[in-house]
Amino acid sequence: MAMKEDIGNSEISNPRGLPLSGGFTVDAADNVTGYKSFKAGNFSFRRDEYFAYVETPKGTHTMSIDAFLRALMRDVAWGFFYGTVNFDPVFGTINYYGEVEMFYGTLNEAYAREGRDYIERFKADELMDIFKNMISDWTIEGFDPFAAPRETGTPWGVKNGDNDEAVSRQRVTARRMVGVPGDTPLRTDENGFPVNVMFDDVEQDQPEVNAEPGFEHEVQAYNLFGYLSRSDVTWNPSVCSVVKDSLFCPTTEEYIPPVEHGNDRCEWFIQLSDQITWNIKDGERGRPKAVVHMKAGDVACMPADIRHQGFSPKRSMLLVWENGSPKIPDLIRDGKAPNYAVEF
Amino acid sequence: MSQYTTDFATIDEYDSGSITIISDDDKKHYVFSNMYEVAAKSAPYERVAVAKNFEYVIESTRAEGTSAWYSAAHDEFAVAMDHPVTVELVKLEDPDSVVDPESEGAHKLDGDPKGAKMGTIKLRLGHMALLPVGAAYRFKSDSPATLMIQTIEGPETLQKWAEFCQQ
Repeated sequence: MAMKEDIGNSEISNPRGLPLSGGFTVDAADNVTGYKSFKAGNFSFRRDEYFAYVETPKGTHTMSIDAFLRALMRDVAWGFFYGTVNFDPVFGTINYYGEVEMFYGTLNEAYAREGRDYIERFKADELMDIFKNMISDWTIEGFDPFAAPRETGTPWGVKNGDNDEAVSRQRVTARRMVGVPGDTPLRTDENGFPVNVMFDDVEQDQPEVNAEPGFEHEVQAYNLFGYLSRSDVTWNPSVCSVVKDSLFCPTTEEYIPPVEHGNDRCEWFIQLSDQITWNIKDGERGRPKAVVHMKAGDVACMPADIRHQGFSPKRSMLLVWENGSPKIPDLIRDGKAPNYAVEF
Repeated sequence: MSQYTTDFATIDEYDSGSITIISDDDKKHYVFSNMYEVAAKSAPYERVAVAKNFEYVIESTRAEGTSAWYSAAHDEFAVAMDHPVTVELVKLEDPDSVVDPESEGAHKLDGDPKGAKMGTIKLRLGHMALLPVGAAYRFKSDSPATLMIQTIEGPETLQKWAEFCQQ
């Protein structure tokens, strides 16, 4: 989760001028599958043994429950993240930091052109409550939607227990730097973070810190790569160091992120190890724009008007770098800031 | 040991990826570079921006020999991206007289800083050090190494995107 805890008290943008919707319900468990169904405004959600169904006044969208739960997990853990979380080319959420739009086909060229799209706006905390209830009820024992496919069981079948421990992991949001006294602690075997098998060649040594008496709290360093090698989740950027609004959000990546992330600001990727290939699409319509193949040491900006999805054949370390200023999306929407970070 | 090998690069050995444009796009939009290549082609301790987001930057720096002393009016962070680098820290007696407290980015000091020695940090691959506000710092490295610095654009930040970004 890369969001800052405090996003300020600035006015919430509403470029579509949508009213806030209400009407949140959790319905009783189905007699056959055992799963609850959920409503938020005119959106209804239900699952069966294989699929999630999103029902709207304009139509019903069907997704594999595996893909839906992995995407829902990120939307919950990221607090709706920066900009758009596309669960797939049809369904997703757009974050306005305090309020959230939930859409069906709105950012899909064909759905929008044919008027098959539907969108509603909600208070973020109210929609988050429904999403948290959903991820808890629909995730069964043995399935971890945060894990890489090789690391977890499957989500198929009727209701069979839960995995609340996995779906309610505490997010990492260092206030200054991981390892600084009083801040986010280091990961160790003892506190439940063993080295991932794909990183067992990563050195676990710590920096040699020689602090003069009285300066122990300011002379601070830690093994960032070792810390990342012990991450128990994939595709989950977490704040590890902070310079005002500059947030270093490194993460470990394996297989495919379950969402296409649509930017509302420029976002930078620094490939720390191994390789990732990114498919880049137009943010508003979903048209393919580019393929960016990143190797260790490569640095690339994701422009503010695109959506992206990565493919990591081996668990890799990626530094996601965000500017967390809440002013940026409006500056870009109003044409006061460009979609591209650097002109040269 | 498992069957897996984690692939890190170094200032001596790196291999950059690529951009393929599909439609209606420009490679320049991705400001794509390789930080090891930037460090390899830089003079010692040039602080070259490889990423920029409004006032914030990430600098790639070739550490080699002993750097000048620097200080900033805010925290900065340095990551050793390949070979060992030592950080020396001094607590400035009067930080505001050294660096304007309203300023941003790293400032190079004239000569040695006045203040108490805070200590040293020996960084190796993947280690991150806090360069705390109120302190002066310098780097030492016996051989060329790559440092990645999280900071704000300042007087020492070099921007020469056209020299190293894919076009």
